[in-house]
Amino acid sequence: MARALSLGIVLFATWMLLSGEFSIDHGLVLGLGIASVIFVVLIAVRMDVVDHEGAPIHLKLRFLGYWLWLLAEIVKASIDVTKRIWSPSLPISPTMYILKASQPGELGQVIYANSITLTPGTVTIRLDGGDILVHAIAREVGEDLAGGEMDRRVTRLEASGIKMPEGAK
Amino acid sequence: MELLVNGLSWALLMGGCFFIITGGVGLLRLPDIYTRMHASGVTDTLGAGMFLCGLMVQGGLSMVTVKLLLILVFILFTSPTATYALANALHGGDIKPVGRDGRFSETIDKRGESSKP
Repeated sequence: MARALSLGIVLFATWMLLSGEFSIDHGLVLGLGIASVIFVVLIAVRMDVVDHEGAPIHLKLRFLGYWLWLLAEIVKASIDVTKRIWSPSLPISPTMYILKASQPGELGQVIYANSITLTPGTVTIRLDGGDILVHAIAREVGEDLAGGEMDRRVTRLEASGIKMPEGAK
Repeated sequence: MELLVNGLSWALLMGGCFFIITGGVGLLRLPDIYTRMHASGVTDTLGAGMFLCGLMVQGGLSMVTVKLLLILVFILFTSPTATYALANALHGGDIKPVGRDGRFSETIDKRGESSKP
């Protein structure tokens, strides 16, 4: 129920932001928004997709901290790849790595795999159970990822919400 | 004040342009499709990010900025998914990554040591 409610609030906030109508004078626009939000939430509940994946409210603020860290990593990695591309000697050594995703849940593994792909220089090729196949543009880049800092951060991020009992929707 | 805003916006726009061009140059210089995906990664993270931030500075505190921010968030969520779909299809199609010398890249198994707590 809490998940359905939060999904509704997020959807309605999106509606207000995109329509740009906040005042009660534009009752028609807001009313249509409320009607469509209720309709969508009802469909989502009936399809049984309002679970820990569809409405991950348990991740909360920790997500913001992780995102800031990831943003800094993306900037660093982009500059590294940019240097490699512009360097006349093209210093690349493409290597594949098989890494372990130590997150217990699927959502955590997907966040980890997406973070790897989002960071330039490393791309997730396959996520199979807990094993991740990664292509790295250079060996140093892959070794850096294999150091496991990102893995540990995602595990902590997921662990902060996993305590919530399943079926709490 | 306006000069400052315009200057910041221009710096971000030019920086974004530089990283988008870098992605294009990478597409031409790198040897195979796997490495080229890394180049396109620069374009759609730092390139698109800086460019959209530059436009947001121009937009100021308005609806335009909110919409640009939403575009940026959508790009950051969809582009790794698209890249993953492409990479997974390549892997499934048995296309092997090659290095600069034309040999296949080696695969290193780090499962044993990657997840020390």
